[in-house]
Amino acid sequence: MSSEFVMDAPDPRNLLDHMAQDLTGAPLDRPEGPLKVSGRATYAHEYRLGNCAYGVLVRATIAKGTLTALGDEAVRGLPGILGVFSDDRFLRNPAQGTADKAPVQGAQTIAYLGQPVALVVADSFEQARHAAQSLALRYAPDADGVFDPESDAANIERPDAKQRDQGDFDRAFADAHATVDSTYTTPAQNSAAMEPHASVAAWDGDRLTLWGGYQMLKYNRNELADSLGIDAENVRILAPYVGGGFGSKLGISPEAVAAAIAAREIGRPVKVAMSRQQVFEATMRRSETRQRVRLAADAQGRLTGIAHEYRVSNLPDESFSEPVGQATHFLYGGENRRIVHEIARVNRTCAGSMRAPGEAVGMLALENAMDELAEQLGIDPIELRKRNLPERHPEQDIPYSSRMLAQCLDEGARRFGWDKRSTKPGTTRDGEWLIGMGVSSAARKNITSQAEARVTLTTDGDAVVETDMTDIGTGTYAVLGQIAGDMLGLPRDRVRVMLGDTDLPPGPGSGGSWGASSSGSAVLEACAVLRRQLADRLGLVADGLVLRDGDIILDNRRIPLRDAMGAGPLEAVGIFKPGKTSQDYAQAAYGAFFAEVGVSSITGEVRVRRMLGTFAAGRILNAKTARSQCIGGMTFGIGAALTEELVHDLRDGHIVNHDLAEYHLPVNLDVPQIEVHFLEERDDQACPLQSKGIGELGISGAGAAITNAIAHATGARIRTYPATLDKLLAVME
Amino acid sequence: MLDIDPRTSILDALRNHIGLTGTKKGCDHGQCGACTVLVNGRRINSCLTLAVMHDEDAITTIEGLGEPDHLSPLQAAFVRHDGFQCGYCTSGQICSATAMLDELQQGWPSHVSADLEAAPDPTDAEISERMSGNLCRCAAYPNIVDAIREVAGGGK
Ligand code: FES
Ligand code: FES
Repeated sequence: MSSEFVMDAPDPRNLLDHMAQDLTGAPLDRPEGPLKVSGRATYAHEYRLGNCAYGVLVRATIAKGTLTALGDEAVRGLPGILGVFSDDRFLRNPAQGTADKAPVQGAQTIAYLGQPVALVVADSFEQARHAAQSLALRYAPDADGVFDPESDAANIERPDAKQRDQGDFDRAFADAHATVDSTYTTPAQNSAAMEPHASVAAWDGDRLTLWGGYQMLKYNRNELADSLGIDAENVRILAPYVGGGFGSKLGISPEAVAAAIAAREIGRPVKVAMSRQQVFEATMRRSETRQRVRLAADAQGRLTGIAHEYRVSNLPDESFSEPVGQATHFLYGGENRRIVHEIARVNRTCAGSMRAPGEAVGMLALENAMDELAEQLGIDPIELRKRNLPERHPEQDIPYSSRMLAQCLDEGARRFGWDKRSTKPGTTRDGEWLIGMGVSSAARKNITSQAEARVTLTTDGDAVVETDMTDIGTGTYAVLGQIAGDMLGLPRDRVRVMLGDTDLPPGPGSGGSWGASSSGSAVLEACAVLRRQLADRLGLVADGLVLRDGDIILDNRRIPLRDAMGAGPLEAVGIFKPGKTSQDYAQAAYGAFFAEVGVSSITGEVRVRRMLGTFAAGRILNAKTARSQCIGGMTFGIGAALTEELVHDLRDGHIVNHDLAEYHLPVNLDVPQIEVHFLEERDDQACPLQSKGIGELGISGAGAAITNAIAHATGARIRTYPATLDKLLAVME
Repeated sequence: MLDIDPRTSILDALRNHIGLTGTKKGCDHGQCGACTVLVNGRRINSCLTLAVMHDEDAITTIEGLGEPDHLSPLQAAFVRHDGFQCGYCTSGQICSATAMLDELQQGWPSHVSADLEAAPDPTDAEISERMSGNLCRCAAYPNIVDAIREVAGGGK
């Protein structure tokens, strides 16, 4: 049977705290860990199908125009070549997250340099690659490409729904005791998941099976089917292991559609993996931003006005634009508020969601501006932030569901030793190194999404959890098993979790930090039904049912659960749906970041010496995997602050540094032994688990703690991210 | 005996021909370390060398270091310390760490060694420096250092 839970009102039952197994929250190892560390977990490209052919994508080498010929004459006769494909169904742009339908298609029309235009298929990877490099593509180029979002030629859009004008900001700014007016820029970035996008397509009659590295299978299936013009019922996608996503694998990408088309055509399975360069050019980038932040405050540092005006970019016709002001809407008070959201239309690689779209870059500027205000007024940066936490959402006038930002700031300050920070910037030295400490708030909007999961109690008294939800490193295998184990009183190793297969009940996918709360709530609901069914079977009341260690605990005896399963297995599908609490309460997860940096007075090099995060995100479902998520996010923050920058050539929009040698991810030695602490919190407005999203919280503001520390170390503020040594050398005395 | 296209890297030979897919391809250009394997006990990026150049060599991949229910000490420490998330860089990290511990033992100095003559200690800085050729976008770095330190018997 199936049962639906709609989040229309707070759920104070707090079921998990009343179970006897005590799994949820515990720092348990990932159940799939042994497979991953022994190389046995299979990622998309690694499925071995008989008679499989290899496809290599071919990229456009002009920025805008029309492909007039493939120039494949010399290639077609080569041994082992099975075909060169280029088709109206090929994806021009990858799909945005939750698109649920085909993205912009058509390989002939070229909208950005690096766009995939063809697929060469051969018996071997080596031959396919050789042929792909040997095509003599011919074009009719257009001269009207726009490559610079700041150019006068760029078409600028200001969609009404994304603007905000409340009160009279100009008056507040003019009347303020203290003001900040600073412009910051952040560069384009790439998710750079370690597994390049890959798909293996195999047809059986009209039915397509695709093994692909994807984050959101229920949407991806519809996107793929719609792109191919076939019925979604005939498409199955499998992604039990995904080598990272961070947004880049939210929507179906060019390699999947190309592989499916070619496989159908040649009547053999086809494998296509993007090269690292193709991942940079033909999946998603995070947009660059230019952000002007103005703050107006009274003498005590209380904000009277806040304005956040920014420009981002994307290809023409793309609906997504980086929601830079997302946290600015709800984080700090101030009567008079203005948000201006501009989108420049450019011929650059498609812009889409990368980890914490909005907060990840918007909070760099906002949290730097808050520090600039604190310094100007001589108020401690933590105190300034605490003075500006509004009672209610400053724009929507609704209550916060839960918000432990002040506690996170205080707890972090205590643990980090904030009291040892000198009040004068540029005064602490350690040999050649200038030392500084910085702080930033963490905030990420909490979102949930419809989710289904099936839970079965087998005749052995074990449980199986099934959903097409993915685990992209996020810990889904771990936490869903913990929730089911708690609800059914089973040790962790008696719960099996099956994920990443569209034949299973549809989950919400991994994105927007909603996966664990949404899928976990569906599992909780299914288990609640199973408890009722079990109680019925035993002639008991479900509320009083105590299940622990595989036993049913009665007054003075224990019956093995297995014994109650003689009448056959029990099965339930739980469905979780977001409801009114998403509108009635401002929901977000919060925290605080602390960083200590050393800046070399000789070279301008920045080293992060220490970094600490305190977080409150409702119930923590697994303290070990949650900590890892936060460390991961904070490391993205280090990258954003110091090294990561996609460079676009302004003459043709191409990405100059399209590989991992030139796009600088933080490496092991760039990252200190980051400390993470969680504050105990329950949020009954968020979901029945009382949890909030955590996958993106660790990045949302992290980089600002580092740049604030740099300003404290040197007395000089870099507003052009990333804060590389050349910029620092230019401003340090 | 493997009959192989001379253009085939060790990495592609393992993944596409031999069926050992534990070794991962993250960049194919020697920039990420996901493809790290041991050739005669030394760590190399298997994407950067051709299979035909290694006719007589002993190649150890992640599959050869342990199995899910018989993990090597490093593999088990990675699980305990959550030294991975998605797991895609993990084979390379563990192969790399396996050889790195040997290098330490043999007294090889690194960029962060204060004394080039003295036997290096497995400090956090030494471990981090020596593991910096293995990228992890999930950024399990602190946990990777914890796992390796535990196996190396080092102190912070
Ligand atoms: S795949 Fe060999 S170093 Fe990246
Ligand atoms: S575990 Fe995902 S890249 Fe290292």
